[in-house]
Amino acid sequence: MSHEDIKNMKSKTFLKTYCPHCHQSFIKDTKGEKWAKFKSSIKQNDLEVEISPYLEASDRKFSIPVKDGDQLEDLICPKCNKSLISEESKCEECGSAIGQMLVSADSKLIPFSLCTKAGCQWNGLSKADIRKITPKIKRQEMPEQDPKMRVHNFDEVPYGYTTETAMLEAERCLQCKNPKCVDGCPVNIDIPSFIALISEEKFDEAAKKIKETNVLPAVCGRVCPQESQCEELCIVGVKEEPVAIGRLERFVADYERKMDLVSMPHIGSKTNKKIAVVGSGPGGLTVAADMQLLGYNVTMFEALHEAGGVLTYGIPEFRLPKSIVNFEIDYLKKMGVRLELNHVIGQTLTVDELLENFDGIFIGVGAGLPWFMDLEGEYLGNVFSSNEYLTRMNLMKAYKFPEYDTPKPIGNKVAVIGGGNVAMDCARTAIRTGAKEVTIVYRRSRTELPARIEEIHHAEEEGINFKLLTSPIRYFGNDRAAVKAMECIQMELGEPDSSGRRRPVPLENSNFTMDIDMVIVAVGTGPNPVIFQTTPNLKRDKRGYIVVNEETMETSIPNVYAGGDIVTGSATVIEAMGAGRIAARAMHQKLSGAATKTKEEVVGVS
Amino acid sequence: MFQIIKKEEMAKGTIIRFDIAAPNIAKKVKPGQFVILRVNDTGERIPLTVADKDEFAGFITIIFQVVGKTTALMRSLNVGDMIKDVAGPMGKPADVEKIGTIIMVGGGTGVAILHHVAKAFKDAGNYVIGIIGARDKDMLILEKEMAGFCDELVVTTDDGSYGLQGFVTDPMKKYLDERDDIKLIYTIGPIKMMHFVCKITEKYKIKTMVSLNPVMIDGTGMCGGCRVTVDDKIQFCCVDGPDFDGHKVDFDELEKRNSLYQQDEKESLLFSIR
Repeated sequence: MSHEDIKNMKSKTFLKTYCPHCHQSFIKDTKGEKWAKFKSSIKQNDLEVEISPYLEASDRKFSIPVKDGDQLEDLICPKCNKSLISEESKCEECGSAIGQMLVSADSKLIPFSLCTKAGCQWNGLSKADIRKITPKIKRQEMPEQDPKMRVHNFDEVPYGYTTETAMLEAERCLQCKNPKCVDGCPVNIDIPSFIALISEEKFDEAAKKIKETNVLPAVCGRVCPQESQCEELCIVGVKEEPVAIGRLERFVADYERKMDLVSMPHIGSKTNKKIAVVGSGPGGLTVAADMQLLGYNVTMFEALHEAGGVLTYGIPEFRLPKSIVNFEIDYLKKMGVRLELNHVIGQTLTVDELLENFDGIFIGVGAGLPWFMDLEGEYLGNVFSSNEYLTRMNLMKAYKFPEYDTPKPIGNKVAVIGGGNVAMDCARTAIRTGAKEVTIVYRRSRTELPARIEEIHHAEEEGINFKLLTSPIRYFGNDRAAVKAMECIQMELGEPDSSGRRRPVPLENSNFTMDIDMVIVAVGTGPNPVIFQTTPNLKRDKRGYIVVNEETMETSIPNVYAGGDIVTGSATVIEAMGAGRIAARAMHQKLSGAATKTKEEVVGVS
Repeated sequence: MFQIIKKEEMAKGTIIRFDIAAPNIAKKVKPGQFVILRVNDTGERIPLTVADKDEFAGFITIIFQVVGKTTALMRSLNVGDMIKDVAGPMGKPADVEKIGTIIMVGGGTGVAILHHVAKAFKDAGNYVIGIIGARDKDMLILEKEMAGFCDELVVTTDDGSYGLQGFVTDPMKKYLDERDDIKLIYTIGPIKMMHFVCKITEKYKIKTMVSLNPVMIDGTGMCGGCRVTVDDKIQFCCVDGPDFDGHKVDFDELEKRNSLYQQDEKESLLFSIR
């Protein structure tokens, strides 16, 4: 094996080394650091040699002073006291004697040699060798609450990885030099680095690595659609299942929080500039964190009585525990972000008024106006928008009625219209609050379901029915004006539409009626009009969303930025965070640049 | 936290008036707008129209009828007590301009809101005819305040215990028959009453604005619980209203939706008593 091979090796590979005679490990753990330990001597002085077991960390420690070029007289196993020196071969680099040991990459042991000349390089394995002896590790599953049990509670469904499963999963990462996964992440988390830290058991460092680019890892690890982002591009995924990046992200974030290792970040030198963040959802939280870290004074305005936006009112407890959301918001508050609840921007304060008091504004109000389908009978009682249903259940805790005052919507036979994550959330909430039969009614086929695969899977496990290629056309009410049935029509898939998905076409004479007593309409949302009613000069596109410069997220009003669903229409948590990050960077550039300019102007005048 | 700085019981304790310290809202709120209020951490969010404000002293006035668990809880609060959350103002303000003679028709607790809007119409230079009604003398509120600025004021009670016996629609009809200079009817009260008012004014082809107050949760356009069909389109009271052209509102739907929630309200109150 040559040095070329070493260069090809997976960087920072952990080499578990064993004695070829007694098969005991050389690795010693001292104060959290791992070293391979040997006995030796130089000029008849006994010597202890410690060598880093990580590739590229070519540190060697000697218990007596050793100069580069000194020759170790022997290399001896500290456990069985036998010599490791090979009689057949010499160092390829310098011709000195080499010590032979066994290196394990899990189940297989192969010979490995080490030069006895102090300062000479390791002789190592080629990357291909490593691959050969690395047994394939399957993608690690997360243990989950049993479906039969969980339909009776709101506790989180997956329990998350243990340290053991996380480290096994981390070993599956190839540490690509040109990692594709990073490109798939809207905030470009340094995925290989944080995974490498996991395999080195440095979980809190891994969490901090993620936090360099993502302020909400515990949230994103749970709700990101990884299968269509980072994990979709994972090279391991070409031949087998991709590395479970999302689960690992969740693991380190949970580890950091549960082990109380979260520490306050370094906050940049304070400026006297003030930033207003409108909306405390994922986009707003990202901008608030980034700008506060850069030394700005951030005030976050929230219309509701609790912060978190969709993380609080939308995503149910069993998918994203509110304690996690609250923890993240408390963290921002500890960083110095001011939070003003019950402030409806556009009403309580207008954007113009904010501009008088703040140097930069970020609008991240989401797309919170629910769409209905304009069907006959949609006004009936027990026909809810997904927003109303989820807001009652999550924000107002109606599932705990009567402990909480907001009445719990009750249905025995529930139809959820739509096939996205929100539809799954509604269906799974309904089954948990006593519905006997819950059916997802979706107009396209299974392959087009926009929800995360994991959510569809969870819903199926919990006994949710799927009525695909079906669309409601009319609702019927009882004498109390509550919905009692719905008429549906079956669809078939026609030509692809502008979104690339095949357009559903109604099948003639396929109408049928379903008995139901509750309908949840989860067919998407549009832009909320409140902020625009008092900000007519904010430029919007044809669909009503805010127009921004995509490089900076700045709107038609200078120093007013926007991002998230209010710019793109309904999208994901992480995309809103990505937009927030771009906006924060641009805002900082503009505001700090402007400051320098002012200074120059001042100098020029004097 | 928002402190109650004044409390007044009206209509034998069935209607309560609170002045609540909320300087930011007081600065902004216009007649016709409302707030969303949550009494405590386990409370529900309820919409309440602002009946008055003092932007200099920094308080808003709300007047509410005790109908459910939350309003019953609110009645038990006293001056100095805190309300956890008050958010607003919400909704579009009433469209107040100088147009001439208008009739303001209010019933029950609706008079609380009516008087705020009526005052604004008067201040804008209109000739304001007020018609307010209640079930009986005890349930009548804000008569004095209305009389203070209305050019004419008629009071009706269902049982005749005060003012004219009958419904608010009777004197309104009389005015419509006698005068031909009425430019606008503005009405707030029970849905049934507003429906009747609209049915009559439709015949006279006089523009009629109604202020709706259906069930809502967030008040910011998010939940869609307050949807109402206006001119065959779904509108959200919280962001598109609460004022709508009464002749275009589908009152039949609205009444049905409302009756359903009234049953919920009773159940909720029952739980609170247990």
